[in-house]
Amino acid sequence: MLSVADLKKGTKLILDGDPYVVTSFDFVKPGKGQALYKCKMKNMISGSTLDRTYRSGESFEPAGMDERDMEYLYKEGTHYTFMDQQSYEQVVMEEDAVGDAKNFLLENTKVSVLLFGDKPIGVTLPNFINLRVTQTDPWLKGDTSGSDSKPATVETGYVLRVPPFIEENELIVIDTRTGEYSTRVKG
Amino acid sequence: MNIPLALRDNQLLQSCALHSRAQVLQAIRQYFTKQGFLEVETPVRIPANAPEEYIDPIPTLTWQLQTSPEICMKRLLCRGYDKVFQICRCWRSDERGSRHLSEFTMLEWYRSNADYHDLMQDCLGLLQHVADFCTTDSCFTRNHSKIDPHATWQHFSVQEAFLRFAKTDALASIKNGLFDELLTGQVEPAFEEYTVPIILEDYPAQLAALARLHTDKPDVAERFELYVGGLELANGFSELTDPQEQRRRFIEANQVRKQMGKPELPLPEPFLSELAAMPPSAGIALGIDRLVMLTVGADSIDQVVAFTPESL
Repeated sequence: MLSVADLKKGTKLILDGDPYVVTSFDFVKPGKGQALYKCKMKNMISGSTLDRTYRSGESFEPAGMDERDMEYLYKEGTHYTFMDQQSYEQVVMEEDAVGDAKNFLLENTKVSVLLFGDKPIGVTLPNFINLRVTQTDPWLKGDTSGSDSKPATVETGYVLRVPPFIEENELIVIDTRTGEYSTRVKG
Repeated sequence: MNIPLALRDNQLLQSCALHSRAQVLQAIRQYFTKQGFLEVETPVRIPANAPEEYIDPIPTLTWQLQTSPEICMKRLLCRGYDKVFQICRCWRSDERGSRHLSEFTMLEWYRSNADYHDLMQDCLGLLQHVADFCTTDSCFTRNHSKIDPHATWQHFSVQEAFLRFAKTDALASIKNGLFDELLTGQVEPAFEEYTVPIILEDYPAQLAALARLHTDKPDVAERFELYVGGLELANGFSELTDPQEQRRRFIEANQVRKQMGKPELPLPEPFLSELAAMPPSAGIALGIDRLVMLTVGADSIDQVVAFTPESL
């Protein structure tokens, strides 16, 4: 069990059955009064936030989290299926829990999946991922509009801004943390 | 060498804060010396602090570190010293947050033949002098707002403040155990909106601590807290001088501690036996680290000390 002394930014605990992460924390104590531990917390599944105030002596159940190496297999409707690289077990995750990672998921992509008990609640991608451009307008030589980027669609359907010299079928590197173009894959 | 920008900003703020801290200490000494106070030093390691429900001393091999110099300073009043002040380190176990350090710097001053109204006058004079001496615009800064100690200060009784800002009765809040939560959650945030210092006065008798009950209103104690920009800066009161009553309150505090599963604390017996000789007096404790936060406009107490415990 955790005590109030364990509360700090990043602490993960279970409230009403759901895993929460402490996003901000402060210790307050009015003159001659009791110590109060004020937390803002985020539900790690729904993303909703709440404020809670605790007192000395209260205890919490830590939210046990497990991170597993998995391979993305396929998508069916709003369900994404992954396979554990060690046990070969398959887990299914809702689109909401996959979040922005869905923009960069190609079949057989290796990812890390965060599990709360048996429940997958998040996906961490490699920081950089290669994706092929499926559609972008050609660069018009002599374009004097001064624009230094143009939209491009990649094979997952994700649209981002790329430099004007990028052509269709080219492989580009995307930073998955920002969702932005990073560089072009040479050769 | 390249120092990251955020770290460089912090170093700059800390350098300002350490210079301001030196000025604040100088200003405090100037002010009290001019007012005829004697600066004293008393032992920081003592056999017994005044037992309190929610303050835990840090034990040493045998005795404990002071949580406040009050016991020794009041014993000086008993010996006839009539105006004394002290700047010293105090220690309180497990207190750490953006406004708390387990080891911090305290200013305490005591006057005999005086009451809490005299302390409020001292606060006024001291804060004006510190602001004049330590800031460029003679104002304090909190949450990017200016607080002017030269303008007329705001006074609220605890009951007024609770009715107005927490929309509830202070005594009812004590009964249902929500007093501290409402004070820090509703009342103190409302104080942040004021551009002058605030005196929160006349604490309900249940929260008297070591304060004397009010001469005309026995349901309140002659105790007040000083707030600047919502930050609690000082706690002062007309001192209790009745040894029996004082012993009873210490024992009560220990009973509450026992119910909470905390160790009972030893009583400061020499203080209790000398207390009858204490003239009517008033005393106050002010957090110097927080005062420095206000002179430099720091958000966190971490920014105004040379080292936090985590950096040692």
